[in-house]
Amino acid sequence: MTDKLLSSGTAWSFDLIEKYDREIARIAQGYRLDTYPNQIEIIRSDQMMDAYASVGMPIGYNHWSYGKQFLNVERSYKRGQMGLAYEIVINSNPCISYLMEENTMTMQALVIAHACYGHNSFFKNNYLFKSWTDADSIIDYFVFARNFIAECEERHGAEMVESVLDSCHALMHYGTDRYKRPYPISAAEELARQKEREEYVQQQVNDLWRTIPVSDSRREPTDQPRFPLEPQENLLYFIEKNAPLLEPWQREIVRIVRKIAQYFYPQRQTQVMNEGWATFWHYTILNDMYDQQLVDDGFMMEFLHSHSSVVAQPSFDSPHFSGINPYALGFAMMRDIRRICESPTEEDKRWFPEIAGSDWLTTLHFAMENFKDESFVQQFLSPRVIRDFHLFSIVDDDESETIDVNAIHDDDGYRSVREALAMQYNLSSREPNIQVHDVDIRGDRSLTLHHQQNNRNPLNDDTQEVLKHLYRLWKFDVHLYSFDGEEVDRSFRVPTRGISLNSK
Amino acid sequence: MSYIIDRRLNSKDKSAVNRQRFLKRYKKHIKRAVSDAVSKRSITDMERGENIGIPQKDIEEPTFGHGHGGVRSRVLPGNREFNAGDKLRRPEGGEGGGAGNGSASDSGEGMDDFVFQITQEEFLEFMFEDLELPNLVKRQLLANDAVKIVKAGISEVGTPNQLNIVRSMRSAYARRIALGAKKRRRKNEILALLQNMDDGIEARALQQELEELERKLSRIPYIDDFDLKFNINKQEPQPSSKAVMFCLMDVSGSMDQRTKDIAKRFFILLYLFLQRNYEKTEVVFIRHHSTAKEVDEQEFFYSRETGGTVVSSALKLMHEIIEERYPVSEWNIYGAQASDGDNWTNDSPICHDLLNEQLLPLLQYYCYIEITDRGHQELWQFYEKLVEANPEAFAMRGIEDYADIYPVFRDLFHRDTAGLRAS
Repeated sequence: MTDKLLSSGTAWSFDLIEKYDREIARIAQGYRLDTYPNQIEIIRSDQMMDAYASVGMPIGYNHWSYGKQFLNVERSYKRGQMGLAYEIVINSNPCISYLMEENTMTMQALVIAHACYGHNSFFKNNYLFKSWTDADSIIDYFVFARNFIAECEERHGAEMVESVLDSCHALMHYGTDRYKRPYPISAAEELARQKEREEYVQQQVNDLWRTIPVSDSRREPTDQPRFPLEPQENLLYFIEKNAPLLEPWQREIVRIVRKIAQYFYPQRQTQVMNEGWATFWHYTILNDMYDQQLVDDGFMMEFLHSHSSVVAQPSFDSPHFSGINPYALGFAMMRDIRRICESPTEEDKRWFPEIAGSDWLTTLHFAMENFKDESFVQQFLSPRVIRDFHLFSIVDDDESETIDVNAIHDDDGYRSVREALAMQYNLSSREPNIQVHDVDIRGDRSLTLHHQQNNRNPLNDDTQEVLKHLYRLWKFDVHLYSFDGEEVDRSFRVPTRGISLNSK
Repeated sequence: MSYIIDRRLNSKDKSAVNRQRFLKRYKKHIKRAVSDAVSKRSITDMERGENIGIPQKDIEEPTFGHGHGGVRSRVLPGNREFNAGDKLRRPEGGEGGGAGNGSASDSGEGMDDFVFQITQEEFLEFMFEDLELPNLVKRQLLANDAVKIVKAGISEVGTPNQLNIVRSMRSAYARRIALGAKKRRRKNEILALLQNMDDGIEARALQQELEELERKLSRIPYIDDFDLKFNINKQEPQPSSKAVMFCLMDVSGSMDQRTKDIAKRFFILLYLFLQRNYEKTEVVFIRHHSTAKEVDEQEFFYSRETGGTVVSSALKLMHEIIEERYPVSEWNIYGAQASDGDNWTNDSPICHDLLNEQLLPLLQYYCYIEITDRGHQELWQFYEKLVEANPEAFAMRGIEDYADIYPVFRDLFHRDTAGLRAS
């Protein structure tokens, strides 16, 4: 019996990691987890800090903000506020995951199950990742981006490049097409295409602005079609293609930041699902290993200890509360789906007639593949989980004296709580809806943006600053009107009148 | 199938560049913090890192987001006592628990400073940035340690660690071609002949020759002793500038504890600066009251001996030491003097003359700091004349309090890009 045991004690070795990986892969396969090949990298803790600081890009271009990130990580780590997470995993093919050398064998096994089989299969099969990212070429693209930016720094000076990057980063969340599927990033010919693009785009831009000469303006009909014809939500794309005075290399940098934003876009929309899925599988796989007597009690105790701290959900009034823990909610929902399939109650049958009693593994794969956080919650959050979490929903209206509790975890409230929680994960309601509305092509070339308020939520204090960055790229006046319904609630403008501005 | 890769030996400090860029971007903030720290620290405590705080709002990267206000709904966990329809009093002091957008550290208001550590090395770098010894011109060939190792070609002899693999392999390849060329040609001839020849005595002889050739060819060594080529390096002496700094400190009875402390701090700064930025600099410490004495570093900073005041005694001693040990043709000579300005009545004109006639012609730069919060006395007035006569080589500043030390120090040794040092 005991000779089946893979190891005892806490020390790991490369042989052991290989052995565990083999066993975990075997079990994962039994659950039809379809993954990219794994590339498991053993790193030191300071390398983990580097990995942290580069926000998920194993090869990043240089920018001061990553230095800031690094100092931040370093400080919290040294103060002991933050244990370094045991997992960083890159959505790439092969899928890169980092294991820290300080970890015990148990933790290494946990990370392998969690990242190399959990996250990895999510990256490969979730519809958002499939349609928005190209795992095969992303590493190549990072390399291209890094080299391109380094080259620009050499040619134009680090400061020039830095200021363009600053501006692009400010608009990074407005660099994705939300409703339209992008072409897959192709990186093998990225460099060749970049050269072509450089010439082509510049031509296009010139064409757009060519009709301006004053002598021709007499012949222009007064009711020119508006440009752009449709409002544009992808600000960076709009700038890349239309900003009148950007140099070709600056356009390419805008494009790089946009592409990287695009790459991270699915991750921002699937936090609960992604973590829930990975947590569910490390839990299931490691328990299976225990059942098959591959690991001993000590292993399980250590594993359960860290697992339960990962999925802990502090209450809203606890000092440790910082929002809903995506690991906790995701894990609970994934487990709950299995429960509904395997042993549905009367309530489940009423709420989930189509999945209650179905094959749990098929259902779970279906859920993982076809949803994002918003729709996942909308579809699968059960009364049971709402009760377990004691979820309640509040409405905070600044025109009202009080904050109103409008639904709690009871029969009348389940639907509204679920609705409200789904909304909370909807990126387009989390971020202000700002679109390019108009460019004054014939006149002063000013750019006009419209913000449509949702529930009277105003823009934050950064707005003016962000517009300055936009101005730096556009190089002509920028206006922003914030609409409450049909009415302009507030307007911004850069440069502010009467103040002389340097464009650099 | 998984690949397991050991990356632990990969280079350290992948973030070093980004960290440097961050430091560069916020140089102004860091310099201010360093300068504050310098005036707060005790004298023996200069050589360690420092926590630098920058206001959070200064380093934030702006993004579009939602501000406060409007209608907002949130789902929270952990309900115990609420029921649908409950109306809660708005908690004082803004949102309970921060809004749901952005990471927690970005959205909160009134956040603490962004605090991070800089190393001792960086601390000193910021502390002494843009400082230099003025007029450091005399350069000289020094016998030892100022050498640079340069490549000096290729040699047939050397130690294995200097083996030039490419050149060795290339020469081995050439040798193999050269030694085998004739035999290979003959071999090809034979092969051609054999092809159109029937078996016979002649053919057998050729066959034999062929085998013999092949044996010989196979005996040509792949690499031989005389193929080996080695890199040779040689050491080239580098000219470097020798400099000596004279530190003259007044320890007379009129200097109270505080004044002495300020003077010491000033010299510690100076000493650190020289140690750090000028490897080849010697420092001569002179303490004086009514008589002057050359002392070592330990005694200079820690001895308690005291007496009356004759400033010129120190200047005289300095002159003697220069004559004796530091030939002007070889050395860049500097002087820094600290005093409370109190001097024996008839001594100040003597000091003026000593400096003006004997010392200043030998010196690259001389600075005087007077530590007093009372009015300046005779010595200051005489020294002022020196400034007028030698604006480039002589500078003087007054220090009133601890906080002045570092700014005055920076001022005195600030790198002057224009080359002129206006006092």
